[in-house]
Amino acid sequence: MNSLSLMDYLNMPFVQYALIVGILISLCASLFGVSLVLKRFSFIGDGLSHVAFGAIAVASIFNLSNDMVVTMPVTIMTAILLLKSGQNTKVKGDAAIAMFSVSAMALGYLILNIFKTSTNLAGDVCDTLFGSVAIITLKKSDVILTVVVAILVILFYILFYNRIFSVTFDESFTQATGKNAGLYNLMIAVVTAVIIVLAMNLVGSLLISALIIFPALSAMRIFYSFKGVVIYAGILSVLVTTSGLLISILCTTPVGATIVACDIVVFFVSAIIGIILHRG
Amino acid sequence: MSYIKVEHVDLGYEGKSMVWDLNFKLDKNDYLCVVGENGVGKSTLIKTLLSLTKPIKGRIELGDGLKPYEIGYLPQQTIVQRDFPATVGEIVLSGCLPHLGKRLFYGKAEKEMAKEKMELMGIYHLRKKSYRFLSGGQQQRALLARALCAASKVILLDEPVTGLDPKATAEFYQTVVNLNKSGLSVIMVTHDIQAVDYASHVLHVSAENSFYGSKKEYTKSNHWKILQAIGGNEHE
Repeated sequence: MNSLSLMDYLNMPFVQYALIVGILISLCASLFGVSLVLKRFSFIGDGLSHVAFGAIAVASIFNLSNDMVVTMPVTIMTAILLLKSGQNTKVKGDAAIAMFSVSAMALGYLILNIFKTSTNLAGDVCDTLFGSVAIITLKKSDVILTVVVAILVILFYILFYNRIFSVTFDESFTQATGKNAGLYNLMIAVVTAVIIVLAMNLVGSLLISALIIFPALSAMRIFYSFKGVVIYAGILSVLVTTSGLLISILCTTPVGATIVACDIVVFFVSAIIGIILHRG
Repeated sequence: MSYIKVEHVDLGYEGKSMVWDLNFKLDKNDYLCVVGENGVGKSTLIKTLLSLTKPIKGRIELGDGLKPYEIGYLPQQTIVQRDFPATVGEIVLSGCLPHLGKRLFYGKAEKEMAKEKMELMGIYHLRKKSYRFLSGGQQQRALLARALCAASKVILLDEPVTGLDPKATAEFYQTVVNLNKSGLSVIMVTHDIQAVDYASHVLHVSAENSFYGSKKEYTKSNHWKILQAIGGNEHE
């Protein structure tokens, strides 16, 4: 039995750090998730997270204290590449992403095995894939970095909201008014890459897509205006991550999987509410 | 002076020409219908008119106060849009994007304009409705209102009646005619043979032997027979 109460946990700094980082990352992911889902770019999030896994494997060989030095640029570059290939050749782009992500996973695992740096390889890999306890061993510097990046991302979203809406709804029209739709697409992809690298710690690379797509999909069941979807997706993501984190601490379940499980529940509840609200 | 004057233009992409020696113009109050077989280069022509690509050869002159990116564009519907969660109001307002310049948010003037264009299109009462629940005809009106927010002189419509039923099609054509009569120049790209009825001028794009002239001239030409043949097949 667990003898500590929820309040005891909430008073611990590591739990507070985990909550701050978790909430901010999922908020960012959900905001951009709306555009990614609507533009049919969900697969970019998925592909990128796999590439990020490969990058982490490479980083681990060099025993870097902060593997973001490698993962961040690699993931951003892949995002740009995927976006370009997705635009030019639709069918091939799809296959290219599958190829990219599966290669990155395989090579990453291979590299980890060849250059074993730890005795518990299986555990390390599992952590990277499904999220680790790293979220509750966050250093203050990690927290500050996440807070700064998250504020920048959210600020970017609010300031460019009208342009993001236009480019999400209709790229051709946006281009025809002389706005650089390609540039906005690129920015969306780059920010997505940044969010994914940050979110690796939280839920692991296999489950990141959930943070990106679930809040948007749930919100779209209930709201039919863009603003409504964006705001509700943001609120949902904060609620889901908070409850997922707390449940996982209280029940000692894996953090990432618990959050995603909450996402699934919320999606079905939203779907039912949506059916009731919009019946007839 | 014409809004748009196209002289000896070759169109294509990646340096390869698809259409040679295109000549036509668009004046104030013109209603130009652009027809031609699928794949002949109509979409490339649209991109070129919208200043998104450059012609391979020849010159396109804009005049009479028309500047680049001032053509109100009504693109073909994409799959993404059909079930997009956005209200009519949000979509029409996004047509004011070019008026923002470096500003980030819409002000009173833009909102007023969006309201005016929605009223003009008879969709103001739908402003809080979601786009995905509108009928095809209402969706096109919303996109037309958005195009009108973006531009006041010329609008360019790309296959606007695809997927509309005959009644909605007729209504949509009437709306466009009314806009044209109120002083707006219209470029209608279509393969719908009916659309020619409403036009003042016709551009029939073909690779080497395009036709441009008034509707009267067009209905006497060989190109008209070709279009009737294609149109007849496509309606089967």
